[in-house]
Amino acid sequence: MNNWEPLLLSFRLSFITTVILLLIGVPLAYTMAYSRSRLKPVWESLVSLPLVLPPSVLGFYLLLAFSPNNAFGRFLEQYLNLRLIFTFEGLVFASVLYSLPFMVHPLQAGFQHLSPSLKEASYTLGISPLKTFLHVLLPNIKPALLSGIVLTFAHTVGEFGVVLMIGGNIPGVSRVASIAVYDEVESMNYAAANFYALVLVGISFAILLALYGLNRKFVHKIF
Amino acid sequence: MFDIAVKKKLHSSQGDMLLDISLSVPKGSFVSLYGKSGAGKTSLLKMLAGLVEPEAGHIRSSGEVWFDRARRINLAPQKRNIGFVFQDYALFPNMTVRKNLAFVAPHKAAGHSINEILESTGLLRLADRYPGTLSGGQQQRVALARALVRSPELLLLDEPLSSLDHEMRVRLQDELARIHRNFGLTTILVSHEPSEIYRLSDWVAELHLGQLVRQGAPDEIFHHQEITGKIQLVGEVLEILPNDIVFIAKVISGNRILKVVVTGEEAAVLKAGDKVLVTSKAFNPVLVKI
Repeated sequence: MNNWEPLLLSFRLSFITTVILLLIGVPLAYTMAYSRSRLKPVWESLVSLPLVLPPSVLGFYLLLAFSPNNAFGRFLEQYLNLRLIFTFEGLVFASVLYSLPFMVHPLQAGFQHLSPSLKEASYTLGISPLKTFLHVLLPNIKPALLSGIVLTFAHTVGEFGVVLMIGGNIPGVSRVASIAVYDEVESMNYAAANFYALVLVGISFAILLALYGLNRKFVHKIF
Repeated sequence: MFDIAVKKKLHSSQGDMLLDISLSVPKGSFVSLYGKSGAGKTSLLKMLAGLVEPEAGHIRSSGEVWFDRARRINLAPQKRNIGFVFQDYALFPNMTVRKNLAFVAPHKAAGHSINEILESTGLLRLADRYPGTLSGGQQQRVALARALVRSPELLLLDEPLSSLDHEMRVRLQDELARIHRNFGLTTILVSHEPSEIYRLSDWVAELHLGQLVRQGAPDEIFHHQEITGKIQLVGEVLEILPNDIVFIAKVISGNRILKVVVTGEEAAVLKAGDKVLVTSKAFNPVLVKI
């Protein structure tokens, strides 16, 4: 009997992370794309940091920060009743940080790729900045939106080091598929490891294929 | 009357320069901003549109203040009653031609007038196409039609015809002139094409490095430089052939080969590969309508 729980947990984590990152990433990417601030390189570096850091480093600092023995962790626990160590919520928080560049980079590139006159034309035609953003800019970066969603989802499914550091290996809470593969291999249970691994490969490929297929269709329709 | 007096330091490819321009544009007139690229023409246009904020000065439209540094007034582009046609047209790629117009219509009931505008600009049969599938001239028309949807009092054109071929250009120039008249617009056109300016505008303001160096009617401005009775072509001699008592020089200029009669003495000092100037006096060219 195969245990689907780690796989479902992986996809749930990835789904929630992707939705949250979409909500954070779109305004962030927009701001960074059009910013002329001198601090822009600082923001860009911070967003890209998870790309170059070993996941264990990120996990280590999150572990310290969230620990109830430290000020921030204590604050979360006392005032928000939120414990982020060895919980699913903690994994979501860590995944959002860890996958941030995978959402923000394609979106920022997408915005920067648009002709600046698109936004200016909309303004001179009496369209408010919000309406311009929702109806003119966003629909024209659909390929970038799709890339951001696909990459974030896939990257979160594949995350291992950060989860291990702050989530551990608790069935149903933090034992996601990538951890389960590692765990089964450790206990020489290759058949189970193969099951998780194979399903991960299959589903990930199917998702990527579906989205890139869609992307092609968008591009053909508009250009 | 549009009363414009603006100042701003600009950073261009040739270094910093101070844009400092005062200009009055009477209602209903067609004014061209003329000058080399980097002279500040587009910047001035964007200041009028509210896309670029001047550092000092004011912009008034018959009593209504659009910008006044001293009084800290700076109307957003949305609040200025303008139409702006961009050099790259800036059509919304995700919307059909009709949607491009309908999206910017001030209220829903404007569907009727959108049809009128589509019809008067010859776009009705393209109404359901996406901009990406249109030719340059068609996109240009859509951009113009879209700028008219809100019945602007001031139409700003940023080199709108620069990327079109000659024939399309001339056709759209006629259309621009017609629209300017029919819609009772005040139009400001950025252009570095004397022929275009000559055909369309009744006033020219020449800009150089951010300063207004000359202004006047088109024939005053262009009288001494571009408009001349002489025709001059620069070319290169391909070969010189004897023909009875004279010689015929074949000269290539652009992609045309001209035959020019030269005397023996002239032929003696010319050889293939020489750069030459072919000139013709004002009294012998003949105009034939094509």
